[in-house]
Amino acid sequence: MNTAKVFVTLKRGVLDPQGQAVARSLTRLGFTEVKDARIGKYIELQLEVDPSQKEALKKRLEEACDKLLANTVIEDYRVEL
Amino acid sequence: MRAAVVQFPGSNCDDDALHVLGRVMGATARFAWHKETRLTVDGHAPDVVVIPGGFSYGDYLRAGAMAAHSPIMAAVKEFAANGGPVLAICNGFQIACEAGLLDGALTRNASLHFECRDVHLLVEGRPTPFTAGIPAGRILRIPIAHAEGRYLHPDVARLEKEGRVIFRYVDASGGVSDAANPNGSMANIAGICNAAGNVVGLMPHPERASESVLGSADGKLLFDALQATLDKNPRRVG
Repeated sequence: MNTAKVFVTLKRGVLDPQGQAVARSLTRLGFTEVKDARIGKYIELQLEVDPSQKEALKKRLEEACDKLLANTVIEDYRVEL
Repeated sequence: MRAAVVQFPGSNCDDDALHVLGRVMGATARFAWHKETRLTVDGHAPDVVVIPGGFSYGDYLRAGAMAAHSPIMAAVKEFAANGGPVLAICNGFQIACEAGLLDGALTRNASLHFECRDVHLLVEGRPTPFTAGIPAGRILRIPIAHAEGRYLHPDVARLEKEGRVIFRYVDASGGVSDAANPNGSMANIAGICNAAGNVVGLMPHPERASESVLGSADGKLLFDALQATLDKNPRRVG
């Protein structure tokens, strides 16, 4: 079994009110070095695949991100194998 | 009028939509379960499809993301591609955007709050089956109830130019301001249509304001406009 890690993050420039609230909370807790926070998603996929076909697999996973895991209007994604 | 109201696990404004279509408008209306692959009402193609509000699939991953890939949505897309009128309300709007029926995306309210209150909407833009006949500049009072209604689009100027901004959050006198914007949507956008004009999505709930006993019947104008469109009898409503 192989594991793929998918990171989905809001595009730069898209307001992240959750992240802002978290950054404010951290500042209140004394973590004054925190100037901003951006919240994203981490998705772990268990795959039954031929690990030698890395390029094809990466393409498949990008397709999965484009179709479902990310909304590319507002989000970017990164896939790690 | 034959109306289909799409029903997903987690839809919760489906009954309200069915009530307004069936009891208030006198349509033959039924639910279309998300696992169905064909849209029929009494053995006929529907005249209108409503994608109602709620929390389809628990809003897992992103609001509307899972529902957009439900079996019924292929039939809704086909219906829309053939020019059929589709009204996508609240979670339905999120689903329609995720399904590619409408452009843009809806994300977390800038306030981070679940906003549940009446808002004022300016009706504008190109004619649609749900707004043709409503005089331009008419202001509707309709409730919102959502946490993820902040509308984002990479090219709002193009939407505006094409007349595809159909509803805008305004104050009671029609002024566009940040104070009248309940969720931080770009350009105070509350509702849009597709390029062809037959698919309309909006965050506010017209089905919750279609009888005066509920405090406002302004939402019924969308269904009156639809009836006039289906009757091929263009007339002023509202």
